[in-house]
Amino acid sequence: MSRNYLTLPTLSLRFIPVWRRNYLVWKKLAIPAILGNLADPMLYMLGLGYGLGSLMPSVAGVPYIAFLAAGTVCYSTMNSATFEVLYSGFSRMHVQKTWDAILNTPLTLDDVVLGELVWASTKSLLSGIAILVIIWALQLQASFWLSLWIIPVVVLIGFCFSGMGLVMNAVSPSYDFFLYYFTLVITPMVLLCGVFFPVSQMPAILQNIAAFLPLTHAINLVRPLMLGHIPTQAWLHVMVLIAYGAAGFYIALGLTRKRLLS
Amino acid sequence: MSVLSAQHLRKSYGDQAVVDGVNLAIEKGQCFGILGPNGAGKTTTLRLLLGLIAPDSGQIQMFGHAIPQQAREVRQRVGVVPQLDNLDPDFSVIENFMVYGRYFGLSKTEIAQRIPALLDFAGLSNRADAKIQDLSGGMKRRLTLARALVNDPDLIFLDEPTTGLDPQARHLMWQGLRRLLNQGKTIILTTHFMEEAERLCDRLVILDHGRLIAEGAPRELIAQHIEPCVTELYGENIAHWRDSFAAQLCARHENVGETLFCYSSDGAALMQNLHTQTHLRFLHRPASLEDVFLKLTGRELRD
Ligand SMILES: Nc1ncnc2c1ncn2[C@@H]1O[C@H](COP(=O)(O)OP(=O)(O)OP(=O)(O)O)[C@@H](O)[C@H]1O
Ligand SMILES: [Mg+2]
Repeated sequence: MSRNYLTLPTLSLRFIPVWRRNYLVWKKLAIPAILGNLADPMLYMLGLGYGLGSLMPSVAGVPYIAFLAAGTVCYSTMNSATFEVLYSGFSRMHVQKTWDAILNTPLTLDDVVLGELVWASTKSLLSGIAILVIIWALQLQASFWLSLWIIPVVVLIGFCFSGMGLVMNAVSPSYDFFLYYFTLVITPMVLLCGVFFPVSQMPAILQNIAAFLPLTHAINLVRPLMLGHIPTQAWLHVMVLIAYGAAGFYIALGLTRKRLLS
Repeated sequence: MSVLSAQHLRKSYGDQAVVDGVNLAIEKGQCFGILGPNGAGKTTTLRLLLGLIAPDSGQIQMFGHAIPQQAREVRQRVGVVPQLDNLDPDFSVIENFMVYGRYFGLSKTEIAQRIPALLDFAGLSNRADAKIQDLSGGMKRRLTLARALVNDPDLIFLDEPTTGLDPQARHLMWQGLRRLLNQGKTIILTTHFMEEAERLCDRLVILDHGRLIAEGAPRELIAQHIEPCVTELYGENIAHWRDSFAAQLCARHENVGETLFCYSSDGAALMQNLHTQTHLRFLHRPASLEDVFLKLTGRELRD
């Protein structure tokens, strides 16, 4: 009779109060939060873009800062989603026991984890848009109308990395554990997936590895849109992001059920 | 019909049977107590009854619904005060009610209407905008109870509601619980305070190593297991006194460290004798639930 932890998630709109709870907390400190999240990627983009960019004629046929802009949107969205589910999510689940309190109400763990997923995606969308606003202000995009398509892609990126991060949250004994995820997953992706330089500059073996990493697919969608082209193989990249996010969510839910409901 | 009943509940972690064949039936309007030493399985039993974890075997019905299958529907009518406070530290007192009420699907106006009465119940009317971190332990506990009432539940679960509270705070909590019972609500609580169980509970069970070892009304249990009077004797010559008088004056006696516990049906003869023994200190009192508890669960530490 013991519960099967791997039954499919029950998705319903009951996740909204969970989302709303996180939104209300965020709203209290919204402006400093946005500025804080923006500062780091913006400084990288401007510092490297103009500083390093001035030493280079062009990268992939465009000024370096325009090249870097797409990468910055992607990695800043990824970071925002990841930090939210890892540190803030863990604090709500494990430290403050907010999830336990919610589980005593008619909401289920499926609702809670879905609420966290949607919330982290929302928050990372705000981060992505904040960077886009800077990019638009600096006119780094080739076509404004085409660059608007980056917004739905940012939603996908947020979903993808929120789902993946929730797995770490489910298995982590403490905050320290998240360092492994950053060292072994996030940082390598930032360096290998084409944020700072084209993937084609790397040896074949690294290119092959990069082809499997979700950030590569995010960048393969955002960079063309930024530089004024329609992405090639767009559906493949979209499916990869969805697959990583959905698999992450499903595995995370199974592991969290085992962690909290056994 | 019982509000809540369970048959043959079992739950093991590894090869430790934490809940081992528990049967319960709780009637509407009752205050039902679960007593037991640390690690006896009280919290696990509550989690099973709430449908948070699935039993290895056994059945549970709450308001006629099967648990855990229909736990979500049933929890609409249930309030929970967990063993450890989990108030939301990111919000003020009033916001805690707002946010928690939303989890039950209540609208903003419904919750807002209930808040003054809830604040009053918790004795926090003048702390509505306080941060959780600024509340005392007793205030947090009362707020946790008031928060559990936001959906106007018919059945309230309390896991050690008064642990860590000072006597004033504890008495306030008891008054609150009595008010709820007077309103016709059903309460199920765990506690380590025998006095609390004796005062509040209509019926109770004692749980040890996951098994029910006693069940009944507090007075019944005392009458059933312990002689009416207990005399505790302390002093250097207890052994001597015991050897000379215990068999004759006590129905039953036991040595615990430096203390001799003497159980008797009225104690008049014993008192007469003790007033002549100036070298002994003693305390004469009616038998209590604590005596029952210690008799049934033993005096050894559990963890
Ligand atoms: N998720 C779990 N995994 C493994 N063991 C557990 C788990 N939950 C409880 N236990 C064990 O089950 C036993 C009973 O725990 P429980 O919390 O139900 O006791 P309790 O009667 O509430 O104790 P206390 O009075 O200390 O609160 C303990 O030995 C505990 O270590
Ligand atoms: Mg307990």
